[in-house]
Amino acid sequence: MRTLPPPLFEKSRPGKIGYSFPEIQFPGADVAVESGSLRNGLPDEFPQLSEVEIVRHYTALAHLNYSVDEGFYPLGSCTMKYNPKINEKIAAQETLNAHPYAPHELVQGNLEILHLLADYLIKITGFGGISLNPGAGAHGEFTGMLVIRKYLEGKGDPRKMVLIPDSAHGTNPASAVFAGYETREIPSSNEGIIDVETLKRYLTPEVAALMMTNPNTLGVFEKNIKKIADLLHQNGSLLYMDGANLNALLGIVRPGDLGVDVLHMNLHKTFATPHGGGGPGSGPVAVAAHLVPYLPVPTINLSNGTYTVEYDRKQSIGRVKNFYGQFLVIVRALAYIMSLGRDHLRRVTEDAVLNANYIRKKLADHLDLPYSSPTLHEVVFSDKNLKVKTLDIAKRLLDAGIHPFTIYFPLIVHGAMMIEPTETESKETIDQFIATMIRIIGEAETDPDLLRNAPTQTPVRRLDETLAARKMMLKWRREENA
Amino acid sequence: MRYLPLTEQERKEIQGQLGIGGIDELFTCIEEGSCLFPAIDLPPALSEPELLQRFAAFGEKNRFQHYTSFLGAGSYRHFIPEVVQYLSTKGEFVTPYTPYQPEVSQGNLQAMFEYQTMITMLTGMDIANASLYDGGTAAAEGVLLAVRKSGKKRILVSSSVHPEYQEIIRTYCQNLNYNFGEIGFQNGDGKVNLQELQSQLNGETAGFLFQSPNFFGVVEESRKIGEIVHNSQSFAIQVVAEAMSLPFLTTPGANDIDIAVGEAQSFGLPMAFGGPSLGFMAVKEMFLRQMPGRVVGQTVDIDGKRGYVLTLSTREQHIKREKATSNICSNQAWCAVRAAMYLSTMGKQGLESLSRHNHMAASYFVHKAAALSQASVKYSRDYFNEVVLEFHTLAAKDAVDRLREKSILAGVPLSWFYPGKERELLINFTEMHDHADIERLLKALGELK
Amino acid sequence: MAFEDVKFTKEHEWIRIEGDKGRVGITEYAQHELGDVVYVELPKLDRLLKKGDPCANIESVKAVSDVYSPISGSIKEVNGKLGDHPELINQDPHGEGWLFLIQMADQAEMKDLFNHIQYQEYLKGIGGE
Repeated sequence: MRTLPPPLFEKSRPGKIGYSFPEIQFPGADVAVESGSLRNGLPDEFPQLSEVEIVRHYTALAHLNYSVDEGFYPLGSCTMKYNPKINEKIAAQETLNAHPYAPHELVQGNLEILHLLADYLIKITGFGGISLNPGAGAHGEFTGMLVIRKYLEGKGDPRKMVLIPDSAHGTNPASAVFAGYETREIPSSNEGIIDVETLKRYLTPEVAALMMTNPNTLGVFEKNIKKIADLLHQNGSLLYMDGANLNALLGIVRPGDLGVDVLHMNLHKTFATPHGGGGPGSGPVAVAAHLVPYLPVPTINLSNGTYTVEYDRKQSIGRVKNFYGQFLVIVRALAYIMSLGRDHLRRVTEDAVLNANYIRKKLADHLDLPYSSPTLHEVVFSDKNLKVKTLDIAKRLLDAGIHPFTIYFPLIVHGAMMIEPTETESKETIDQFIATMIRIIGEAETDPDLLRNAPTQTPVRRLDETLAARKMMLKWRREENA
Repeated sequence: MRYLPLTEQERKEIQGQLGIGGIDELFTCIEEGSCLFPAIDLPPALSEPELLQRFAAFGEKNRFQHYTSFLGAGSYRHFIPEVVQYLSTKGEFVTPYTPYQPEVSQGNLQAMFEYQTMITMLTGMDIANASLYDGGTAAAEGVLLAVRKSGKKRILVSSSVHPEYQEIIRTYCQNLNYNFGEIGFQNGDGKVNLQELQSQLNGETAGFLFQSPNFFGVVEESRKIGEIVHNSQSFAIQVVAEAMSLPFLTTPGANDIDIAVGEAQSFGLPMAFGGPSLGFMAVKEMFLRQMPGRVVGQTVDIDGKRGYVLTLSTREQHIKREKATSNICSNQAWCAVRAAMYLSTMGKQGLESLSRHNHMAASYFVHKAAALSQASVKYSRDYFNEVVLEFHTLAAKDAVDRLREKSILAGVPLSWFYPGKERELLINFTEMHDHADIERLLKALGELK
Repeated sequence: MAFEDVKFTKEHEWIRIEGDKGRVGITEYAQHELGDVVYVELPKLDRLLKKGDPCANIESVKAVSDVYSPISGSIKEVNGKLGDHPELINQDPHGEGWLFLIQMADQAEMKDLFNHIQYQEYLKGIGGE
């Protein structure tokens, strides 16, 4: 059983060296900073280790991490698909590693990469323009809401409020508030979707937009979307679509064709760029033609075979991120799309939806399915009729060497278990997951303590999160670890 | 296709179990018949060798790699030890999810805990978070934090903060009804005008945001700034765009700064055309509950073993939703782990040595530049690794064009961002410039007429 | 635990009359729903509140809950022990885990609140006994 290595600071010893760099003398040069501004070195506790110990330390840490490379991650709304290795090699290419302020004539290859991904994403989603600047999905949401607001200001009234379904991801209301809006929750119908009649009751002249995820966090396609878009537009409001679940729509339908005004995407979900333990991601924002002038700067244009960069757009919301965006994440996404091409793009969604429906069918006899509506690439079960909590099932999965599904989200399902297998899993893996779930659900009936005491096969067992929050230790301190 | 494991046979088997005759039946729930199955104009799939060729071609279309570059201004070329590449590209660091199931994520959680610790040691601050997107958005989050904590809505910003960071702050705050004031810099030494700061501070001011070393490379009088700002019951927010300065200069913590934010790309990340980057934030303890971003804490498991978890999640969007401290969800976690690998590999000695090396390289240039007849270093004291060279008659843009003919990217003309500074050029030196590079630059500058 | 002087709200706060003041906390049901309390944010002294104003919040590991003032008045005292010992809210929600003392502006507001029996009935109704 792997155990945690001691923290770096405990292994550190004065005088140990981990690096190698030539000492260069600069004759005639002296320290040009007045001594009051000079630091007296780093603290003695700052790590000093040999290269060998560094490699051992991080290799030990690596062994403590579950990862997609190791196994299945059926996390709903996360789309934890396989991360292609060729994309890593391409991202490490030195001839792409330019300074962001290098003259545009000298980085035409990089600008072409940006322009090409923008073009492909527009084609896939059906919009008039796109920004690749935002650094992650939430950043894209914020950017999209700023665009909406600026557009409405241009029409004379930014309005006050954004409608958000009760099934929405927390970044939706958070982003709307940062854009200066109040939020109002709109309840899902008993089909689990936004109902047109309900929307009519919530639609007032104060509504700037509705933020919808499609398919929503239940995995259900919002089939009223076109009518909803029409209603909103008649009201002078806009339709924002959270594209976190875009993996269910590739080659099937384009949000731009359904009346969506603003869409953000997650390259680290749908487009296979690695999750990295929590980033870096990338959250491009695509908009309908009438919103293009409001996109953030900079944008990349192509004229007469040359790529140029535009910084000065009169109606733009402004800059949202340093430089161009998460360039190497963009590189990986482009490599992924080029590897799929027109031949395989749709198959990604077909297999993702097939796998999810297969799991739904097999587990529906064992777990409560709160909504009977058809689902696409993910399915949500509840903990109804279970003797144990959803958390306990999740922890028991860890003992089986499988990462749990998303738990307790969306909030509208009690003890929600959101399962999204993606298309990059073999039938064997899916079958094994199903069998394991059935076994665990059985254990919940006959021997629930097995679940409540789980996990027992992991490097640490259940952690005291209360202690972590009450007696906060957010950095290493010698006294705490003596 | 190698990323799609299901065989045709298996697809048919599953369809049989689902009771459907074809894949299209899975999509009948999408009633927009006319919009279904659109033709998407992508090129045919590329095989692996073709893909490599394609990207090699993009690389060849780039020409920057044939130049010696002295570009800085927020993105810096530093030495990255090979172990950092080796360790950070392990699949167990690249491909995991966010550590919401901590029992199987202790590797990343401990690595981030160590990263947080090292950031506090580098900045001298009490607590650090587990990353933000970049220096610019970190600066914006610093402003939002100062406003949240103080309840006041006025923010003063130094005009020598990186212009892109200033732009991002304006974008972030455009609908929040804050009121902004700008504090200028002194022509003589390039530093924040302290009299102007003093006169602009008032009881409504949440905080003052300044950068040190600033956009002109100049080291500010951070301690004095902190005192002036605190006398006015406001918060001092320091931005650091070149993290390599932290081991060399007095820390934000030592200067009693309240919120330290910035860009840590210099710690082991390639420039990568600007991204991915690594925003950092480190604050005094009093800001803990208002601080945005994820944060890792130490705890024990039920057997009493040391372990780590994401903590204080109640500040974040997935719980507080519209009342969250920020909307940030995914951050730059892998970049933070990579930075931790870099920092621990370089270690105390390596960072002290390298940061000093950066300064001495710049100092060497300043010393030799005294012999130039067409230009002089504008602020010849109190810089770290970037200096402004002011041409006596030439426009900096023209000088840059001429040096480009000699395969040198001489620096960033300040006129890109500052009207009135047409003759000024920002030049960066790091440990990656050897004597020959600097001599070459000096020679080329000397040959300008 | 004597509940004669105690009234309850739909939001699961309790208020105990102490002369012209009321001592306020959250109920046993509320602390159980929240889980282990890790942090409490209390109102500032002398703050003026109207009945129903959100005036405090209580954080557990997984959730954060607003506390609404049961009556109008001004804050006279807050429970200083909760800073270092937020767990008092879990251990003794009706006693040591009290949140604040409010100077009542209008004692008549108390009659709209539940008495103990009515609160228990209310809890049954929402399925949370």
